[in-house]
Amino acid sequence: MISFLQVTTPVPRAIPLELPLPEWLLVTLLIVSFLLHIIFVNLMIGGTVLTLWCQIRGLKDPDYHNLAHEISRTITVNKSLAVVLGVAPLLSISALYATYFYSAASLTGGMWIAIIPMVTVAFLLTYLNKYTWNVLDKNKPLSIAIIATATALFLFIPFIFLVNINLMLFPEKWGTVSGFFSALLLPNVFPRYLHFICASMAVTGLFIFWYMGRKSYPFEDYFEKLTRYDVKKKAYSLTLAASVAQFIMGPLVMLTLPTKGFSWQLIVTILSGAAIALPAMWLMWKAINGKPENIDRHFGKIVVALSITVIFMGSGRHLYRATSLEPHQKMMAAQTAEFERLSKEARENPVAEKEDLKIDSTLGPVAKGAAIFQVNCSICHKEKEKLVGPPMTEMVSIYANNKDGLKQWIKAPGKKRPDYPQMPALSQLTDDDREQLANYILSIKK
Amino acid sequence: MDFPLFHLDWLNDRFLIAIIAILHVLINHGLAVGFIPYVVRLEQQGVLKSPPDQITDKSWDAMVYNMMKVAFIITTSLGAMTGVGIWLSAAVVSPSSIASLIRVFYWAWFTEWLVFVTEVILIVIYFLTWKNSNKSLKAKLRHIRFGWYLSIFSWITMSIIVSILGFMMDPGNWNAHHSFFNGFSNPIYLPQLAFRTPTAMVVGGMFGYLLAVIFTKRGTDLRARAVKQSSIWIVCWAPLSLSGAIFYYRAMPQAMKDNMSTAIGTLEFAQYYDTLKYVIIGATALVLAIAIIGLLAPRKIRLGMVVIPCFLAFGFLGIFERVREFIRKPFVIGGYMYSNLLRVEDYPLYKKDGILKYATYTSTPEVTEGNKIEAGRNVFMLACSRCHTTHGINSIVGVFENMYGKGSPFSEQGIASFTQNMHNGRTFMPEFPGNKKELYALAAYIKHLQQTGEVIEGAQNEGVVVNPNQSVDAVVKLMEKQEKQKADSLSKKQTASNH
Repeated sequence: MISFLQVTTPVPRAIPLELPLPEWLLVTLLIVSFLLHIIFVNLMIGGTVLTLWCQIRGLKDPDYHNLAHEISRTITVNKSLAVVLGVAPLLSISALYATYFYSAASLTGGMWIAIIPMVTVAFLLTYLNKYTWNVLDKNKPLSIAIIATATALFLFIPFIFLVNINLMLFPEKWGTVSGFFSALLLPNVFPRYLHFICASMAVTGLFIFWYMGRKSYPFEDYFEKLTRYDVKKKAYSLTLAASVAQFIMGPLVMLTLPTKGFSWQLIVTILSGAAIALPAMWLMWKAINGKPENIDRHFGKIVVALSITVIFMGSGRHLYRATSLEPHQKMMAAQTAEFERLSKEARENPVAEKEDLKIDSTLGPVAKGAAIFQVNCSICHKEKEKLVGPPMTEMVSIYANNKDGLKQWIKAPGKKRPDYPQMPALSQLTDDDREQLANYILSIKK
Repeated sequence: MDFPLFHLDWLNDRFLIAIIAILHVLINHGLAVGFIPYVVRLEQQGVLKSPPDQITDKSWDAMVYNMMKVAFIITTSLGAMTGVGIWLSAAVVSPSSIASLIRVFYWAWFTEWLVFVTEVILIVIYFLTWKNSNKSLKAKLRHIRFGWYLSIFSWITMSIIVSILGFMMDPGNWNAHHSFFNGFSNPIYLPQLAFRTPTAMVVGGMFGYLLAVIFTKRGTDLRARAVKQSSIWIVCWAPLSLSGAIFYYRAMPQAMKDNMSTAIGTLEFAQYYDTLKYVIIGATALVLAIAIIGLLAPRKIRLGMVVIPCFLAFGFLGIFERVREFIRKPFVIGGYMYSNLLRVEDYPLYKKDGILKYATYTSTPEVTEGNKIEAGRNVFMLACSRCHTTHGINSIVGVFENMYGKGSPFSEQGIASFTQNMHNGRTFMPEFPGNKKELYALAAYIKHLQQTGEVIEGAQNEGVVVNPNQSVDAVVKLMEKQEKQKADSLSKKQTASNH
């Protein structure tokens, strides 16, 4: 089994150029920029899910209908920030792990490229939902269908990213997958996905708490029965419930992670991150069950604690990746060094290419010239018709009594015809080659 | 060589990038860089021409807001995603080159990104605070000022990325110590910027003109004024666009020479270059014509009259991109890496041992009599598929049929001879990298393609087969050898120093 795996584990050469920055700095940039990106992706997805849910409830309750509209307005900003913040981690991971990242992308290329039209359509659907809100007031099911389609897209697209960043860690699988769907079934894509969706809902809950709690937000203009307290309580409840679910999803991810990336560092980092979430969850519980006027009290602490959790989780994620790839990176380095050595050797000792001409002896004295012509000239010159340059018959009519002129032209072609491309100087020919060629060309009968 | 090869055998891999990239360029020139200042100016005019007791002319402002809304929706969805799409498609079509470029020019792209983030934030603020800003004159004036800052920032992103386009093609910069600023001294930089800035303005203005006609009713004062203002904008920028285009057009051949592109003398480049000349004249003329009519007789304008010049303005921009890409050929990174993703410096090794031996993914590490067609297929994938398909766009069968005549059966010897020397006759073609056996295997495969009509699938559908020479097994043995060599040379040094 192990030897079978070994045969199919490729060790490509690495990009033989220096990193643009010290590795630790690139890694820090990667983790920080990725976390910023993923938070806005969380908000985009969570916002869309909540909009859908509220719109469905809004069929019976007008306040929920308005709540849906209010939440949908945040999607616009969050999605734009999510996309633009994605560039930095994309750049950084390409600088650090191009071989892994691009290999995985190529193996799932169809779906990878499909991200573009899918996300574009999802965005346009969220705009459509927002801008046809009033027009579709009499046709709410259609409005719901629009946001439901956007939600379905947003719930599918994370799989494409997850499949890739998972596959990139397992070169031993690259020889075994063919396309997105086979890579989708590799461990541990599905647990990661569930973990991610829970995170999206948790982050969005906190966001809604803040967004609708702001003094500058004219809450009372939009809602008849719902109060700020109601919405904040629901928002906290969402975050709390999602966080509790994470205590199932998290361990599920850890249990299904392939062994290669584990280390004590990883365990400590992940467990610390999880532990810091506990006081935040306790505070949310207190706020939900406490007096309405106290609901805002610990918001700052909760955000700080959960941000630390996120940072630990993001770092743990990277630790897993680094540990998984370290042995393979060593092998790639050895492979690259060897290739560079061989390439240098070949450069310094170029093999003189002996042209083994296929000489047709039935052609008599012009046989060698014919063979040289075949190899060097037939790419552009035919006997009687124009190919790229004029035909041989035309050469005969110009140079019939001027073999030297023909040889001179072959040696240093001028440019007589404006509508023909420039004939290249054929530096591989010797004087004798040109003599043979001239004899052959001039032997052609019109 | 080192990556599984994604391949689209009908569309052609380059075309995937081209479609995404050209869409992106059309949007960022015509709906962002060129369009936003046009909009801000119109917004400003709404305030300047408003009745004395109103902050702004309400119906005018509503029209301008709707124009901005269209641009906002398209730029933040299709515009943003095609930008990402260039990265995603380049990564799978040309992984070795983009990975190499990122290693060297990471900072340039990072800086570009920082400016981009700012631009996105500014455009979101500009659009989303529009309605609220109408509540007071102070707010409105601040909003307009903001719009001007956004316009400048937008232009800055363009000026940075044009430098990136420049240094990607400049081998001097590549081999020297990576200096971001060398991009600005590339001979194509100023001409490109001098072309893109006014042309973006003209395309933006044309797009605005089209929207103005769509959003207003025929015969109204509103339409007449909107058409007139769009026309003034276009007429002011068009001469600069034309002179910029000529400047850029003239600079292209020199840039190609400086960037070591050998494609300049080819018939193919000449054809594209000529078309460019006609497009410059044709597009500018039509756009100017519709702008002048709009200036002198705005009420005569109908929607149908505006659509074609608008389309041409966008097309004008698009075709320059095609010609610009020619500047690289046969390289993807001038002087360093050919379009087939193989480095110039590795060619001696490949021509000696063949490319199959060193390919990470191939079912035939070496050509034998028994596996000739399959080996030829693998050679095609490695050395040709980045630009050619089997029977689709720019098909390998098609290009040979163009040369030898449709329907006439290929001669393997003919194809082999041509392929070996094509870089002399067709200088946009990289030299064939493989050894003799691989050359003949490829020729046999191409003939086989003509006979069978077979197609080839990329790694994204078929998966890959790992070359045993490039597997963990082989590398473990290699590492043992390297360790032994290191130990041997260490002990030699010790015995030498002991003497």
